[in-house]
Amino acid sequence: MRIYLDNAATTKVYPEVAKKVNEIFLKSYGNASSLHSVGREARSELVKAREEIAKFVGCDSKEIVFTSGGTESNNLAIRGLAPMNPDKKHIVTSVVEHPSVLETCKYMGKWGYEIDYVGVDSEGIVDVKEVEKLIRDDTLLVSVMHVNNEIGTVQPVEEIGKVCKKKGVYFHTDAVQGFSKVDLDLGNIDLMSVSGHKIGAPKGVGFLYVKNGTKISPILNGGGQENGLRSGTENVPGIVGLATALDVSVDKKKIKKSRDKIIAGLKKIKGVKINGSMKNRVYNNVNVSFYGIEGESLMLMLDKDGIYVSTGSACASTKLKESYVLKAIGAEELYVHGSIRMTLGEDVVGNEDFVVGKIEEKVNKLRKISPFKLELENE
Amino acid sequence: MGSNCDYTKAVFDHFQNPRNMGEIEDADGVGTVGNPSCGDVLKVMLKVDGDKISDVKFQTFGCAAAIASSSMMTTLVKGKKISEAKKITNKDVAAALGQLPPIKVHCSNLAADALQKAIGDLK
Repeated sequence: MRIYLDNAATTKVYPEVAKKVNEIFLKSYGNASSLHSVGREARSELVKAREEIAKFVGCDSKEIVFTSGGTESNNLAIRGLAPMNPDKKHIVTSVVEHPSVLETCKYMGKWGYEIDYVGVDSEGIVDVKEVEKLIRDDTLLVSVMHVNNEIGTVQPVEEIGKVCKKKGVYFHTDAVQGFSKVDLDLGNIDLMSVSGHKIGAPKGVGFLYVKNGTKISPILNGGGQENGLRSGTENVPGIVGLATALDVSVDKKKIKKSRDKIIAGLKKIKGVKINGSMKNRVYNNVNVSFYGIEGESLMLMLDKDGIYVSTGSACASTKLKESYVLKAIGAEELYVHGSIRMTLGEDVVGNEDFVVGKIEEKVNKLRKISPFKLELENE
Repeated sequence: MGSNCDYTKAVFDHFQNPRNMGEIEDADGVGTVGNPSCGDVLKVMLKVDGDKISDVKFQTFGCAAAIASSSMMTTLVKGKKISEAKKITNKDVAAALGQLPPIKVHCSNLAADALQKAIGDLK
C-alpha cells in the first residue's frame, strides 16, 4: 500500500489534467505569440484558460499574471512593487512565511529596505493589531501568508487586508497553500501568489493576482508577455493544466473527517502534541510532535511501510535546523525535533487507523532507541 | 533534499535494525554527547573485561544517520581491546557506513565522540 501524505509539498497531477496537458503538448504546441494558425490555436487555449482561472478567482482576466509558480510569484510581488514606489523602504511580513517570502525580504534588506517581522501566537496566528502597529508612513507593503505550509494555520488575511487598505499600504498574500482550499475574499488584497502543483496541476506554473491599479515592475524582461510583467514564452500546457485542475472537485469534507480521525487517534499516543490551531486550520493538514524522538527517523521508518510524510524539522530539509515555524509557536525542544507533517489527499480516506497504527508502532520503536524515554514515563 | 539526503544501504540497514541498542545497567563507562536543541543526543555504555570491551550499548535521539552511526560504531567496538577502541575515529564509522551525506557527517563525529567519552569514563 502507498499512502501519500505530502500534498503540501506537491500533488500528483489529476488524470484529467494530465490528459488535457498531453493534448496541448501534442496538438496546441504553438508559441502563443506566433501569428500563424498553430500559434493562434495555442493563444486561444491560453485566453480560455486565463478566463477560466479568473472566473474561479473572481477577478478580471487582466489581473492574472502567469509565472513559473509560487516562488516566482512571491518574488514578483515583493521585488516588483519596490521600484514603482521608490520612497517606500519598509516591509512588514511574518516570522512564519515561506522561505520564498522571507529570503526575498532579506534580499530587499540588502538594498536598503527595513523589514519588520510580526510574531505569532501559540497556534501560529498573526496578530492583526501588531501588524497595524508596525505599519509606518514609508511602508511599501505587508506580506502575510494565507495558510501556513507547515502547521496549516489559516491567517486572518482579510482583516490584515482591511488594515492595510485603511493605512494605504499594499497587501500581498502568499496563497500557495490556501488557494482553492480555503475561501478568500480578494476585496482588500492587492497581490496574491498561487502555485499549480499544490492543487493537481503540473510543476512550473502558477500566477500572481495583481489587482487592477496596482503597479508592479517586471523581474524578468524580454519579449513582453503577460502585459510586459513576465517575459518568456507562455507555458500554455501548464496554464491549461492549472485551469483544468480547478475544475476537478475535491471532497474536502471527507478529507477533513479523515484528518480529524487521524488527529483523534494520534492524541491517544503518550507524549504527543498537535501543532497549530484546530479551529483555523486548512482541512488536510496534520502537524504532530512526539516527545524524545526525531522527525526524520520517523519519516524514514514510515517510508519503509509506504506512508509518505514530511518533516519541517532538522535533518530532512538538509538544513540542520529545527523548524522555525514550530519554534515561533513556542514548541518545546524535545518536541520540536520530533515533528512530522501530514497533508492529506483522498487516498487516506478509509486508511486512517492503518496510518495511526503505523505511526504509533514507529514512535515506540524510536523511543526504545532514544535515551529520553524514561523522562516520558515520569511525565 | 535530493542527493544530499540519500543514504547508503548500510545506513538504512543499521537504522532499521540497530545493533546493540539498549542499556547496560552496571556499565563501567558511560559517554553522552550532543544536545536536544541540536536534535542529536548519543549515549554510549561500555562493559569491560580485563583490557577488552566485552559489551557495548547505545541510546540515540536523532536522525537516521545518527542512529546508524551509533549502531555501526558499537559493532566496530564490541570485543575489541580498549587500546584499539581508543583509535576509532569518526572516519572509521563513516567509512564502515559507506558514505554519509555531507550534512550528516557530524552524526558520525558524535558517535566517535560518545565512544571516546565513554572510554575516558572507564575506571
